[in-house]
Amino acid sequence: MNVSALGIDLTALAPILVLGGLAMAVLVLGLFVKKDGAGVLAWFALLGLAAALVLSLWSWGGTDRIVFGQMMAVDGFYTLFAALAIAVAGLGVVLSASYLDRSGLTHAEYYALMIFGAAGMVVMAGACNLILLLVGLELLSLSLYVLAGFARTRLSSQEAALKYFLLGSFSAGLLIYGAALVYGAAGTLDYSGVAKATQGLGGANPLLLVGLGLILVGFAFKLALVPFHMWVPDVYEGAPTPVTAYMAVGTKAVVFAALLRLVTGAFPAARAEWVAILAVLAALTMIVGNVAAVVQGNVKRLLAYSAIAHAGYILMAVVGGGKAGSDAVIFYLLAYTVMNFGAFAVLVAVGDGREERLSLQDYAGLARQSPWLAAAMAVFMLSLAGVPPTVGFWAKLYVFNAAIQGGYLWLALVGIATSVVAAYYYLKVVVAIYFTDPVSEKLILKPTGSMVAVLVVAVFFTLQMGLLPGLFLNLSQLPGL
Amino acid sequence: MSQGGPAILSLLIVVPVVGALIAPFLDRRRPGLIKGWALVISLLAAGLAVLMAADFRSGFADMQWEEHLSWLPALGISYHVGVDGVSVLLVALTAFLTPVAILAAWKEMEGRAKEYTVFLLLLEAGMIGAFVALDLALFFVFWEAMLIPLVLLIGVCGGERRVYAALKFFIYTAVGSLAMLLAIVGLAIQYKGQTGQYSFDLQQLAGMQVPPDVAFWMFIAFAVAFAIKVPVFPLHAWLPDAYTQAPTAILVLATMMVKVGTYGLLRFGLTLFPQQMVAAAPVFLTLGVIGVVYAGLVAIVQRDVVRLVAFSSVGHMAFIVLGIFSLNQQGISGATLQMLNHSISTGGLFILAAMVNERTRSTRIADLGGLAERWPVMAALFTLVLFSSVGLPGLNGFVGEFLILLGTFQAEPVAAVIAGSGVVLAAVYLVWMFQRTMHGADSGRGAGTRDLSGREVLTLIPIVAMVVWIGLFPTTLLGKMEASVGTLVIQAQKAAQVQTDGRAAAALSQFQVDR
Repeated sequence: MNVSALGIDLTALAPILVLGGLAMAVLVLGLFVKKDGAGVLAWFALLGLAAALVLSLWSWGGTDRIVFGQMMAVDGFYTLFAALAIAVAGLGVVLSASYLDRSGLTHAEYYALMIFGAAGMVVMAGACNLILLLVGLELLSLSLYVLAGFARTRLSSQEAALKYFLLGSFSAGLLIYGAALVYGAAGTLDYSGVAKATQGLGGANPLLLVGLGLILVGFAFKLALVPFHMWVPDVYEGAPTPVTAYMAVGTKAVVFAALLRLVTGAFPAARAEWVAILAVLAALTMIVGNVAAVVQGNVKRLLAYSAIAHAGYILMAVVGGGKAGSDAVIFYLLAYTVMNFGAFAVLVAVGDGREERLSLQDYAGLARQSPWLAAAMAVFMLSLAGVPPTVGFWAKLYVFNAAIQGGYLWLALVGIATSVVAAYYYLKVVVAIYFTDPVSEKLILKPTGSMVAVLVVAVFFTLQMGLLPGLFLNLSQLPGL
Repeated sequence: MSQGGPAILSLLIVVPVVGALIAPFLDRRRPGLIKGWALVISLLAAGLAVLMAADFRSGFADMQWEEHLSWLPALGISYHVGVDGVSVLLVALTAFLTPVAILAAWKEMEGRAKEYTVFLLLLEAGMIGAFVALDLALFFVFWEAMLIPLVLLIGVCGGERRVYAALKFFIYTAVGSLAMLLAIVGLAIQYKGQTGQYSFDLQQLAGMQVPPDVAFWMFIAFAVAFAIKVPVFPLHAWLPDAYTQAPTAILVLATMMVKVGTYGLLRFGLTLFPQQMVAAAPVFLTLGVIGVVYAGLVAIVQRDVVRLVAFSSVGHMAFIVLGIFSLNQQGISGATLQMLNHSISTGGLFILAAMVNERTRSTRIADLGGLAERWPVMAALFTLVLFSSVGLPGLNGFVGEFLILLGTFQAEPVAAVIAGSGVVLAAVYLVWMFQRTMHGADSGRGAGTRDLSGREVLTLIPIVAMVVWIGLFPTTLLGKMEASVGTLVIQAQKAAQVQTDGRAAAALSQFQVDR
């Protein structure tokens, strides 16, 4: 049912309105809440996010339409990613609550930034106009720049924020420049308008091609595709761990969704060109990401490189194209969300806030000290490695299928070869946890209730989607574009 | 064809999994309780499996106890299981040997009862699943799922170089697995190209015509994955390390796991790629012969009992490969029977080596000697199992090896003659090892320890019983598998016929061109 007033489609606008209002309400409420009563803020933020989630799911199964003067698409694809973004923000809030307590950071601004970020993600998920895309991206990015530097007493956090900001704004600049060139070529910023104007032009229009190239480079920065990935390990390592989780999972999901919508919606004419570029990027990303991860001795950096590598696999599905491709992108992103968020949640639980325990040696013998935490980490590692019966396996199956069907067998072969490399370093973590003795007697803090909640959710979905992939999600009816 | 009744194959998978899931909640301070739980669960599964095998209708080549449930319809993946005359025996033996392994590892399990219980039961479920899966995606899931518990068993409970051995084992297998996964996806896409929808179902994929050059690469991917698992020479490098570092008593199950490789060649190789199997037969026969002789020679010079038995295992598996690639009724029947025998005999030897190790704290041959006088019961049982492994007539090993050599001789006489020397080599290294450890001067190690306890005798009774029973009445088992083996052989013969016809046609056209 669509609700509209004054000619504005309120159903489409509702989640964004609620998120924006919620963020400001959290800020105001923060003024009146004492430091030891911060739990109230987390609950408030969580309730608001739950409301936004319900509102975003409101349009599920409704008629596909483009609202706000050709700016934003409201379809199944949008609904799915908007809901995913809000859910990730919710998980982020839950994961952060006790982390902030342990590290002595302020709550209200932190939650507000996370929620603003989520609003940006929702905008990006639906954007089908280059300007709106940039607005969503900037809303998300500005929130993340601040969040990355939120542990401002820690030097590495400051460094992360600055690096992220500099490279992030640089890539935003490239995107804007690219958008301007595309406008020059097509005379419009609507995806459908661009597609119509450039129909039949294809590779013949240099202005369009340069614009497309610049836009792709901007996306490559955001998605950390090799060779535009240099900022990721430092930023991921320096940022507070729950922020890293939020960043690695949420950003990746919606930026991929936006990329898929952009290239298929606006540039079908130049398909040959962008597929060629993305195929090369995918291969490089899988190879460099996985090989670099092997030599990491720090688990957070290892996960950072693993996040880079996973972007390569998802890109492989984008390259494969068609219904198989977009299904694979969606499924991989869902899988990636639960397993990667879970892995970062374990990192949060193992550290004690002041001192983060991130070297591989800190995980030695974890199975003895905290068997359930160890088992959860093992599940996430095996899933990231793509071992059945976890969700990671089906995700890999989907992307290989998409790549081979699209005629990119060589890309699938690269994916297979790098998967073997990946299996090695994920197993290295499992080996440390299970096979080696603790280096020193150290105290693992008992995970708080909120951390346990996040871990249970992540483990549940990692295994549930692995064993019964069809239970919650009818995979044959994944929304296409 | 279904016997009706309960979904016994699913039950065989679910029972150990449930057992493994409950085990972590048992009290860690009461290892006896945990071990008892493991034993009860494994006995339950064994009972079910033996009932199933006894109820299996001989003379039918079709799958029995089939179950078919939709799993991931978007990709045409289903939960499809069933057993024929070959797999029913492998399933039954897997379930039968699991309680034996648990009993054999009873003492080793003491400190890590929970880990052992969880891993052993999951390993059992994974293996049974791999033997009964009739959907390629489902097979792959079980294929990987059985790998993880064994890697963890080696890594957590193994010897000094356990981490190295576990990683090596994992990486070797992962390389093969991923290549196979690609081929599986490729098959499903081929099917979609021809019929418009995906399918991973073995029976549906079997009738499909795949372009020969594509089928060639797919077969290579499958063959490499299976050959690593078996392991076929020269891909065997993971095995000696994995076997020596794993807890010795549970190796009886590891010898069952490698059967998934040989079973895979029969079930998936012959069903999906009969022509490529026929074409590849000379290569595999050669590798098999090399494997038999090489493993025999290497085993002779081993200084450690476990390592020696590990190499003897490589040699025996090479025999099975010979039997499979002879592609006739005798060879494949012998190979199937030998798949059972090898786990019984070699598994029995590993259990005995573990029993020696418990007493002497060493399995180095130089450290041992004159044990027979001290432990006469053990020596007697050791002799029996040893001769079963050598292939003495009247015991189980003889029947299988004889059939394999018979089959190989029909296919390639030279291969059979050279492989025959493997039997002699087996006698040399095993009997010589026995002489140096059980007889000769007493080394004094393990002095004061007792002969076999009641629990240990109970562990070995099922092994010895199988050794004698199969040796005397092989027709019971051969009868169960006969019809199914026949179907496999017909597939191979058809493929061979096609190739001969093709060659004749090519020659004819060449002839006409020449004219």
